[in-house]
Amino acid sequence: MPNPSEVKQKNKSNRLKYIMEFISEKLFLICALISVLSLFLIIGFVFFKGSNPFIADGYSFIDFIFGSDWIPSEDKYGIFPMIVASIYATIGALVIGVPIGLLTAIFLSEIAPKPIAKIISPAVQLLAGIPSVLYGVFGLAIIVPFLQNNLGLVKGQSLIAVILVLAIMMLPTIVTVAETAIRAVPKTYREGSLALGASPIGTIFKVVVPAAKSGIMAAIVLGLGRAIGETMAVILVAGNSLIIPTSITDSVRPLTTNIALEMGYAYGTHQEMLFATGIVLFSFILILNFVLAKISSKGGK
Amino acid sequence: MRKFKDNLLLGLLWFGAFLTVAILLIIVGYIFYKGIGLINLEFIFGDYSPVGGGGIWPMIITTIYTIVISLVIATPIGILAAVYLQEYAKQGRLVRMIRFATESLTGIPSIIYGLFGAVFFVTTLAMGMSIISASLTLTIIVLPVIIRTTEEALKTVPASYREGSLALGSTKLQTLYKVILPSAMPGILSGIILSMGRIIGESAAIFLTAGTVAAMPEGIFSSARTLTVHSYLVTQESGDIELAAAIGIVLIVMILALNFAATFISKKLNKADY
Repeated sequence: MPNPSEVKQKNKSNRLKYIMEFISEKLFLICALISVLSLFLIIGFVFFKGSNPFIADGYSFIDFIFGSDWIPSEDKYGIFPMIVASIYATIGALVIGVPIGLLTAIFLSEIAPKPIAKIISPAVQLLAGIPSVLYGVFGLAIIVPFLQNNLGLVKGQSLIAVILVLAIMMLPTIVTVAETAIRAVPKTYREGSLALGASPIGTIFKVVVPAAKSGIMAAIVLGLGRAIGETMAVILVAGNSLIIPTSITDSVRPLTTNIALEMGYAYGTHQEMLFATGIVLFSFILILNFVLAKISSKGGK
Repeated sequence: MRKFKDNLLLGLLWFGAFLTVAILLIIVGYIFYKGIGLINLEFIFGDYSPVGGGGIWPMIITTIYTIVISLVIATPIGILAAVYLQEYAKQGRLVRMIRFATESLTGIPSIIYGLFGAVFFVTTLAMGMSIISASLTLTIIVLPVIIRTTEEALKTVPASYREGSLALGSTKLQTLYKVILPSAMPGILSGIILSMGRIIGESAAIFLTAGTVAAMPEGIFSSARTLTVHSYLVTQESGDIELAAAIGIVLIVMILALNFAATFISKKLNKADY
């Protein structure tokens, strides 16, 4: 027979264990909820600040979106030129960056001799981690003067400079993610296609790439996210003029750069309008992600 | 005809890959070529001087401050959050909400984080433009990275480890600390190192929350510049490409070192495990 006091002791330590388990589980839950809390705080604060001029001060939201004058000193806040600039810059970067990135990813995963791929893949992966400011520095030092001299521009900082810098910047991201997706396509797909008499190249483009479609889409979305949100590199090469671009050689000011350039000294309504610019940028990203998700799910069927 | 088309496509693939490699080599090559002339001990360890010729030591210290502070906060929260999601949570609405929030945080651009940090930490919590405001903003930026990598690492721990430990009578908590976390360590560490890279490369969010004071920070409540912000400002304000490139070299070397460390750690610890 065990000593009664010993049993009591054991129960006590067991109870302590249960309490510890309970507390730690709740602690872990709280940690997990911090990301939810952060998201709510970010959306809440940015939307609260950004919607204030339209709700409390009676500014027209339509004028804000479609107005073409941004003159804070005269109380004029129209961001249409910036919206257009952001859309052009993003589409342009996609048009150049996606094909080159995908060709590289296909090359590395399907064509390249193993030793070559083993050197290039990690190198490209590493380049995805290089601070984006450096792409801007490079753009200002090389791309801008190049455009200025070869296109005969007064100022090399232009929409096309932004497009080129963003396209280069998204390359490593697109290549890395797409390459992983293509490598994940089962070998049997390739074998089946080859056995049916398709050429190796035909197999790559008609079987392997379509099979990796969702991963490739993810690569594009990630590259896109990097391009739209990029700020500091873009300021350096955009020129930042407040005009609606009519040609790719015009100097532009995308949404992100507007925020970063003026946040330092803005106050009152002007500052709130910068938050409103942030909301537009935010919505822009949500819509693009949504559209791309739709495209890829349709393609999957 | 088919042969011709195939050769054309093959040529395109070679061309695309060649272009990518060439562009990226040119960028890195250019930055090293332009900046290497400035790199010496005085440049790295010297104090900043506004008239030029000074070093970047204050910016290196500021960068280290932001890395340390944000990771000290984000690492425990991120790891425990991942533990909850992987080991404790029952699939359901709550978990879906947490996952959704974490994924959404990954997609928010840095400038929006900057806006949030500027209104929340700088103004509302009255921390001012300071290293601490920037670090707290960065904490939220890297939190999803740490959660995701830790989750992936926890997934690779075989279920038999957990079962074995529980069968021997250990509690869930003991199993977690003595069995699961140690086996997931390499993955978790690589995640932390990746977050360091992310913090080093960040610029827009820091620009709006830490300000641009170019001096040795007196403490975590003073405004200061990180390396990336400094590299941006010298380019934007004085067009000093050489200096920006020299800072670029320091940044690239840091990122390289971190990546090697991550690869090394995960290889070494993986070997020790099996």
